[in-house]
Amino acid sequence: MSDQKPILEFRDINTHYGAVHILKEVNLAIYPGEMVCLLGGNASGKSTTLKTLLGMVTPTSGEVVLDGEVVNDKPTSYRVERGITMVPENRRLFKRLSVLENLQLGAYLRTDKDGVERDLERIYSMFPRVKERLSQKAGTLSGGEQQMVAMGRALMADPRVLLMDEPSMGLAPSLVRTNFELIQQIHEEGIAIFMVEQNANMALSLADRGWVLQTGRVVLDDTADALLANPELRKSYLGEA
Amino acid sequence: MTTTAELVTKGAFDLDWRKVARLGGLTALGLVFIALAGMPVGLDSRILIEKYLSLGYVSLLWLSLIMGWLMGKETLLEGMTATRKSSRDAVGGACVGALGGLGLAILGLLINTFDLRDPLVNWSPQTLDILTFGGGVGVVVVWIPICAALGAVGGALHLAPPKVAKATIAAILTVLMTAIFATFIVDVVSPLDFLYSKNRELKLGWALVLAAVAVGFVFSGGGQQLARVKADYHNTTGPAKTRQTAALIVVSAAVLIIIPQVAGKITQELMANIGIFLLLALGLNIVVGMAGILDLGYVAFFAVGGYTTAVLTSPNRGEDWPGWFPTLPWWGALMVTVVVASLVGLFIGAPVIRMRGDYLAIVTLGFGEIIRILFLSDWLNGYFNGAQGITNVPPADFGVFEVKGTDPRSVFYLVLVFAALSIYVSWRLEHSRLGRAWMAVREDESVAEAMGINTVNVKLAAFVVGAILASFSGAIFAAKVGSIFPTSFLILVSIIILVIVIVGGMGSILGVIAGSVVLVGILGGPKQPGLLQEFSQYKLLIYGALLVWMMLQRPEGLVPNVRRTRELHQDEFLQDAWLKGQVDTGEEEPAVEGGEVR
Repeated sequence: MSDQKPILEFRDINTHYGAVHILKEVNLAIYPGEMVCLLGGNASGKSTTLKTLLGMVTPTSGEVVLDGEVVNDKPTSYRVERGITMVPENRRLFKRLSVLENLQLGAYLRTDKDGVERDLERIYSMFPRVKERLSQKAGTLSGGEQQMVAMGRALMADPRVLLMDEPSMGLAPSLVRTNFELIQQIHEEGIAIFMVEQNANMALSLADRGWVLQTGRVVLDDTADALLANPELRKSYLGEA
Repeated sequence: MTTTAELVTKGAFDLDWRKVARLGGLTALGLVFIALAGMPVGLDSRILIEKYLSLGYVSLLWLSLIMGWLMGKETLLEGMTATRKSSRDAVGGACVGALGGLGLAILGLLINTFDLRDPLVNWSPQTLDILTFGGGVGVVVVWIPICAALGAVGGALHLAPPKVAKATIAAILTVLMTAIFATFIVDVVSPLDFLYSKNRELKLGWALVLAAVAVGFVFSGGGQQLARVKADYHNTTGPAKTRQTAALIVVSAAVLIIIPQVAGKITQELMANIGIFLLLALGLNIVVGMAGILDLGYVAFFAVGGYTTAVLTSPNRGEDWPGWFPTLPWWGALMVTVVVASLVGLFIGAPVIRMRGDYLAIVTLGFGEIIRILFLSDWLNGYFNGAQGITNVPPADFGVFEVKGTDPRSVFYLVLVFAALSIYVSWRLEHSRLGRAWMAVREDESVAEAMGINTVNVKLAAFVVGAILASFSGAIFAAKVGSIFPTSFLILVSIIILVIVIVGGMGSILGVIAGSVVLVGILGGPKQPGLLQEFSQYKLLIYGALLVWMMLQRPEGLVPNVRRTRELHQDEFLQDAWLKGQVDTGEEEPAVEGGEVR
C-alpha cells in the first residue's frame, strides 16, 4: 500500500474547542482501499478527528490533505464531493423521512443521475431488506435495518473513504457482529474504511492498521496485528489484567 | 382496537365513580369558566332560534352533552373486555351533567351572596339573570336537571343504533350551523332569506324542517355514499388518480371563481382575508413546517412588504424621501418589494440562522418587534410617518380592473392568483432537491451537514422564500387597506399565523389551507372579523383552547402531513400493526437511541 499516495492525511493537526486543546500534533494517513481504525477511550478526541477530517471542525494549526491538496478551509460539501463520507454514530437516520428519501439524501451532491440509479440498485442487491421497506419511515425500522440504511445512505455518495463513527455503539451483541460483516463487505468493494471504535478487539481483527489516541495525542501507531499483541494495549483496552 | 364477542354486563348504577367525578368536575369548571368569561351575557343578544334559543345559552349547553357522551366512551386496551352498552351509559352521562349543573347553581348562589365584581367583571347581576332565566335566585337550581338531561342524551348516544346517533348529531349540527352562520348563508345565497326573521333569527318551523332533512339524509344513506366516494378517490392510483386530482382542482378553482360573483360583500371580504393569511401561512409553512426553523417574528416580512409597497405607491409617504424617489404603480412596486423582502430576509436570516432551537425562536421574536418599532420610531418618522402611518395607498391598477379595499371581490381575485402561485411553488419545492435538504436539516442538522448539504445556505433559502411569500401578502394588504400603520403588524399576527400552521398541520399544504379557512374564516384574523363575529371578543380564548386541544388530541393538525402522523402516533400505530400481525419484530432488540457526536 505504501507505494500509493494517501487519499486523506493529517499533518500535525491541532484543534481547539474554545481554549481547550483537543487534538495535539496528530498525524494520520488513509490509503486507497485499506481498512484502518482509530482506538481511544472517552474524550480522547476520536469524534473530533472525524469532524476535522470531514471539515465540520477547522484545525487551529496543521494541514488536512485530500488527494495532495490542503483542504483546511474547504467546506464539508467539497470533501463529500471528492469521496469522503461518514456513517454517524448511532446511525442518526432522518427518522421522519422514508428509507428512499434517506438514500437519496446520501447522494445529495451527485449530479450523475444514471450513477445514482445504479448505486441504488447496488444497495438493493446488497441489502434486500432495505428494498422491501423503501416507502417506510426510517424511524420505524428495527435497529439492524436502520444500520443497513445508514450504510446505504453513506454508500450513495459513492465514497472512496468511509468514515465510521463507533459502528458498534448502542447495538445488541448479535447485531455488532452482523454490522462488522457489513463493513467487511463494503471494504471488499474497494472502499477504504476509517473506523473509530471502542470495541478494540473486533476492530483490530478486521483492520490493516490502527492508531491509539489518548487525550488527543497518538500514542501508538502500528499494524493491527502488532497492536493486538501489544501488552499495554491489551491491558488498557482488551480487558486483560 | 379489538372488539371481543363477550361483553361484561353491568348494572345501571355500577359506574366508574372516579370518572364521573373527574368529568363532572371538568364540566362544572368549564361551565363556571364560560359564565365568568362573560359568554352567556355577551352572546345572549344573538338569538339563534326565534324566541327560543340564544347563542348565550348555547355556550352553556353544549358542554354537558359532550361530557355525557365522553362518560360512556370506553378506551379498550389489549386484554380488557368491553362493557355492554346499557342504560348505565345514560345514567353516567346524567351524573356528569348533574355535577356540571351543580357547578352553575353554586355559582349563581355565590353571585347572589358575595360581590366579586372587582376582579371578575362578569360576576354581575346580568350573569345571574341569565342563569335564573330572569326569575328568582332559587331558579338557578334548574341547571342541575337541564345539564343532567343533556348529559343523559349524550350518554344515550352510545345506546342508540349508530344511525340514530348519527342522525341526532347531524340534526343538532345542521340547525346550529344554519342559525349561527345566518349572515354568511344569506350573503352567499340570498334567496335563503326566508329561513330567517328580520334579525337573522332562524324561524322555529324551519329549524324543525332542517332537522328533519338532516335526519332524512342520514337515513337515506347519504353519508355512506359520500364516504364511499372519498374512499374510492383514496384507493385510486396511477393516471386515473392524476385525472381525478386534476378534475378536483379545476372544480375547486371554478367554485372559488364563481362564489364571489354570486355572494355579497361579507363573503368577498372574508375570502380576501382568508387569502391574505393563507399566503402568510404558506410562507411560514416553508420556514417552520419544511425547514424546521421556528420563526416567531414572521410578521416582520409582512410589514416590510406592506411598507415597501406603501412607500413606493403612496403620495403620503413621509417628507424625507429624496425628490428622485419614484412613485410606481402597484405591480412595479411589487417587483421592488420582492427584492427588498429577500434582502431583509437575508439580513435577518444571516445572524439568526446560526442559532438552533430555542435561541433561534427568541431572536426571531426580537427581530419581529424591532422591525415594527423601527417603522414606529421618531428616527425614521420622516420616512414612515411613525404612528400616523402611510395613508392614501392607491388601488392596484391593472388597466382592465382595479384592486381596492372597497371592492373586496377584486382583492380576492388578486389574492387567489398569488395563493395559487404560492401553493404551486410550495408543492414543487416539497418534492425538490431543496425540499429534501430542508427536511434533512429539520430532522438532524449535523447529519445533513455531513451529507454535504450546506445547511446555512439551505436555511437562508427557506428564510428568503418565506419572506417573499409574506411580502406578496403585505403588498396586497397595502393595496386593500389603503393605509399602513405599525399597529397592523403586532406580534399577535406572527402568533396567529403560527397557530394556523400548527392547527392545520405542519408541513402539509392542504392543512395550511384548512387552517386558514377555519381560523381566519370562522374565527377571524387579528383584526379582521370572521364568520363568528359574535365571538370576536373571545377569539384569542378560542384560539388558545383550540391550540391546547389540538396539541393534546391531534398534534398532527387538521389535515396532517402523513409523515408526521406516523411519528406522533407511532405507539398506537405499532400496536395496531402488531395486533394485525404485520410487524416483523425479528430477533433484534431495539437499538439504543440518542447520543450526540462530540
